[in-house]
Amino acid sequence: MMITQTLKAAMVAAALLSATALTAPAYAAMVPEGTKLAAEQVFKYRVLDNINTLDPQLVEDVDTSAVVRSLFEGLYNSGPDGEPVPGVAESYDVNEDNTVYTFHLRDAKWSNGEPVIAGDFVYAWQRAVTPETASNYAYFVGLVGVVNADAIVAGEKKPEELGVKAIDDKTLEVTLSFSSPWFIRTLSHATLFPTYKASVDKGIDWTKPENMVSNGAFTLAENTPGERVVLKRNPNYWDNEHTVLEEVQFLTINDENQGLTRWRAGEVDQTDVPAGQYPALKAELPDNTFSVPQFCTYYFSVNMTDKQPNAALADVKVREALSLAIDRDVIVNGILQGGQQPAYSFTHPLTAGFTMPEIAAAAMTQEERDAKAVALMTEAGFSKDNPLTINYIYNTSEAHKKIATVVSQMWKEKLGVTMNLQDMEFQTLLDTRHSKTYELARNAWCGDYNEASTFLSLLDSKSEQNDQGYANADVDSWLAASKTAEDPNVQYAEIEAQAAKDVPIMPIYFYAKVFMQNADVKGWPYDDVEQNWYAKDLYKVAE
Amino acid sequence: MIQFILKRLAVAIPTLLVLIVVSFFLMKMAPGNPFAGEKTVPQSVLDNIYARYGLDKPEWQQLAEYIYNVVFRFDFGPSFQYRDRTVNDIIAQGFPVTFTYGAWAFVAASVIGIALGVVAAVRQNSWADYLSVGFSIGAQVVPNFVMAPILVLVFTLWLRWLPGGGWNGGHWSNVVLPVVALATSYFANIARITRSSMLEVLGSNYIRTARAKGLPGWKVIFGHALRPALLPVVSYLGPVFVGMVTGSVVIDLYFSTGGIGQAFVNSALNRDYSTILGITILLGALTITANLVVDVLYAWIDPKIEL
Repeated sequence: MMITQTLKAAMVAAALLSATALTAPAYAAMVPEGTKLAAEQVFKYRVLDNINTLDPQLVEDVDTSAVVRSLFEGLYNSGPDGEPVPGVAESYDVNEDNTVYTFHLRDAKWSNGEPVIAGDFVYAWQRAVTPETASNYAYFVGLVGVVNADAIVAGEKKPEELGVKAIDDKTLEVTLSFSSPWFIRTLSHATLFPTYKASVDKGIDWTKPENMVSNGAFTLAENTPGERVVLKRNPNYWDNEHTVLEEVQFLTINDENQGLTRWRAGEVDQTDVPAGQYPALKAELPDNTFSVPQFCTYYFSVNMTDKQPNAALADVKVREALSLAIDRDVIVNGILQGGQQPAYSFTHPLTAGFTMPEIAAAAMTQEERDAKAVALMTEAGFSKDNPLTINYIYNTSEAHKKIATVVSQMWKEKLGVTMNLQDMEFQTLLDTRHSKTYELARNAWCGDYNEASTFLSLLDSKSEQNDQGYANADVDSWLAASKTAEDPNVQYAEIEAQAAKDVPIMPIYFYAKVFMQNADVKGWPYDDVEQNWYAKDLYKVAE
Repeated sequence: MIQFILKRLAVAIPTLLVLIVVSFFLMKMAPGNPFAGEKTVPQSVLDNIYARYGLDKPEWQQLAEYIYNVVFRFDFGPSFQYRDRTVNDIIAQGFPVTFTYGAWAFVAASVIGIALGVVAAVRQNSWADYLSVGFSIGAQVVPNFVMAPILVLVFTLWLRWLPGGGWNGGHWSNVVLPVVALATSYFANIARITRSSMLEVLGSNYIRTARAKGLPGWKVIFGHALRPALLPVVSYLGPVFVGMVTGSVVIDLYFSTGGIGQAFVNSALNRDYSTILGITILLGALTITANLVVDVLYAWIDPKIEL
């Protein structure tokens, strides 16, 4: 049988892989020879909001993760291109079916000089799923497949039963509940970083500078919420000799324009570009203005449940027509203007190992799409004489409002559709979306790890994140099959095609991160779609 | 006097309790919850979080336990948004910041405002009057969310004299811009109230008598007119003081001071119940205290008022 043949080939390949421990060089600040370094090695980074917590197991947002990534180090880090590079683990072995990973730890130290041992990971991972820790990201441990994680979170099993154990101080064994060739990619997530028990035992104050013991390239010197977090170089870090920066400052600046002003005044080294200002800044300061792809998709959610108040949206023809009539090029080139890419499918095109399937709508011109949209709308029984009215909700923000307004104009002109816009506070939007009492809603998703399932699993009928209430048995079974498939792209293409056909979501664009950066900053991972930057990889050159 | 103060403090306690109860239920009525984000978490995870923070208990019990902890242990609970901080921590860190620049702004606004008002009244319809009235109106029509960016543009970006934000442990250079931005919107009102009240007093009979006795002008103004003229100013300054020391949201956000105003707004947007309540109680207590101080000052300024 053909299947057996392929399976055999896969097993041979896997056996070959597991025969030798997988090693790769570690990554640090790569300073070319002859570079003249700046005298002051302090990197000042603007963050939008407060740093909510410095406890790795409790971290939720992107900015906070950036701080914690420099304070703590997991088994693997992500390299300049987003590919995994060794962290505390020097190498790993994996069994044939990608369910048991054995990590070999290097001689790393905590900031107090104690060795980092396999038991520290066991402790931290168990801590992440323990109900008393009450971590928002407890589910992540189950998501990546660690055995019993979900049951422990649900209180059905004890934390000690988690599929992770210390064979000895230098060897960590992780057992997964499903075959996961991409498990290594998930290890740079803060939830899976080690924590030091004696430090955590100090209670809620353990993340204060005087109590925190960490194992990353930096240690915590100051944390003033709403103002700044200051990190200093950790002399006990195993690769300290390659660290160049002496200090990292995370400065909270809520207002993007204020951030830009302070960047111009030289108070910060890096700040985000305010919406719509990219073209002007790029023209004025081409060497300092950057636009790189960001691992998120912006989309409209359609309520697919029978709670949908608008009967017309239950008709797939109407949904498809609406989606087709959105001119994504106008949105990315006319409104956002920061290097965003139009989206006709859900998964970010730069996801590692992902082959973008061909979506019919993506290949058409906008005129063709519009013509098809009008035809579909007529078939569905709507026209400019018998117009459709849709209520759209979004959270208050200038950019969301502009997009909504321009889409409503496109729909009005092309299809005669009246789109009522209702903005609401973010928490209210989340509540409304989750209770599925809406018609059409703004939505967005950023990947948690660099593999397509981080997006596509949202279309699973059982996903908590499935705000659409979309349920398609084929999609569910393709998702299940993709986990063990040799090439999951086969299933992923099916899922994207089905989603394009059913239109539970209308993808609008793929994000870009647009920022200003001082020319003396080097080592930034421009090519990492997740933008997981590590302060240990950065350095400043003399100008 | 002592009796009056004690009586007022006794009334303050039930007032604060009512404030807690009303805020508690208003807060719970708002849609959303402190642990919701763009990423929806599984119910089992939410259950654990609710249990950790006692949100799985009936609301009356949550309220009763909260009041018990506040009253008997002075414990405002853990913050839901800052997972490794307590509300006591947040207030202890943010309030001194806000109090520092707020108090300086209060002093600056009062001194400049009263001085301008007195000058304008004494030299009514002279160039000094027009100048100070013009100056105050100019300051008043520029709200602090416009003032702050202008200051940063001039002093940070062009002149490079002062940092455009941050607190830096309260270094003077970080304090100046927040103080100026906050004070300008208030001193205008103070000047206006002082001027009109002063004009009224200057037109009264006893001032005419004082002048008729041949007292020098400055003695008439500072010895007789100023004190009664300040009565309406003082009643205005009470709430202004509370408003300033508890933080201007605009100033906190714009200058990233790490003050309490910023914490308050963020907690409301994120439904951080314990922080909302903690700061509300702080504001309530300060308002009650400031009103009490205003009343006592009244009696001191005007002996006709009996407490």
